[in-house]
Amino acid sequence: MKNSTTHNEQLHFTIPSQTQYLHDVREFITNAATTFGFNEDETHNIVLAVDEACTNIIEHSYQYAKDKKIVIDVFLKKNSLEIIITDTGKKFEPDTIPTPNLEEYIQQRKQGGLGLFLIKKIMDTVEFSFQENKNILRMVKHRSS
Amino acid sequence: MSDKFSLSVRNAAGITIIDLQGELDAYTAPLLEEAVQKSITEKRYNILVNFKELRYIASAGIGVFMAFIQETRDNGGDIKMCNMISKIYKSFDNHGFTMFYEILQHEDEAIKKFK
Repeated sequence: MKNSTTHNEQLHFTIPSQTQYLHDVREFITNAATTFGFNEDETHNIVLAVDEACTNIIEHSYQYAKDKKIVIDVFLKKNSLEIIITDTGKKFEPDTIPTPNLEEYIQQRKQGGLGLFLIKKIMDTVEFSFQENKNILRMVKHRSS
Repeated sequence: MSDKFSLSVRNAAGITIIDLQGELDAYTAPLLEEAVQKSITEKRYNILVNFKELRYIASAGIGVFMAFIQETRDNGGDIKMCNMISKIYKSFDNHGFTMFYEILQHEDEAIKKFK
């Protein structure tokens, strides 16, 4: 067990809804996941999932409006890392997003839409809800050892 | 290693070689898109992307290759890739992407693969 953190510790990070801040998000999540005891590969995947989630919010939920906020809460639990990302943009309806067929995707020369597919592939739990005019994305990754 | 993204473009043996450095995400992907688009506009459809100094790629970066691969192939060219560190290769693999692209270990080897 490599965990050096106190159980149930909570971390908080807020960024403006602009892609130039994605780097800061990655740094924040890298520190949280590493401190929690995830190895380099696991940390990289978790960082990628959060990056994709924030990118989706900027592009689809806020539709590139620059003056909005993305709020990230990280909960370091006994055997899992829980990440909750909140935005106040357009309601996200995950059931309307089809799983991409990569071959068709290439033929149609599409460029976006892979983020959700990737998030679901990486994280153990992915749940979307819409409460009090906020999109709330809850993601959980369990520690393997 | 700087995590800021940069790219440079070289031309060799009729191939556009794009060297990537740093982190490729939704913020920096438009720079790559511009470089690939420029090569295609100039009718240079053989494009080799060297990932040697790239340390991170998000789907916005991978999406650029998806958007242009068919156009290069329709014109007798291709987008090939080389020198990926394992973390980057795994990101491609996560997308199920490694089956759509020729990913070589070394640049010399990749250049020879263009017909």
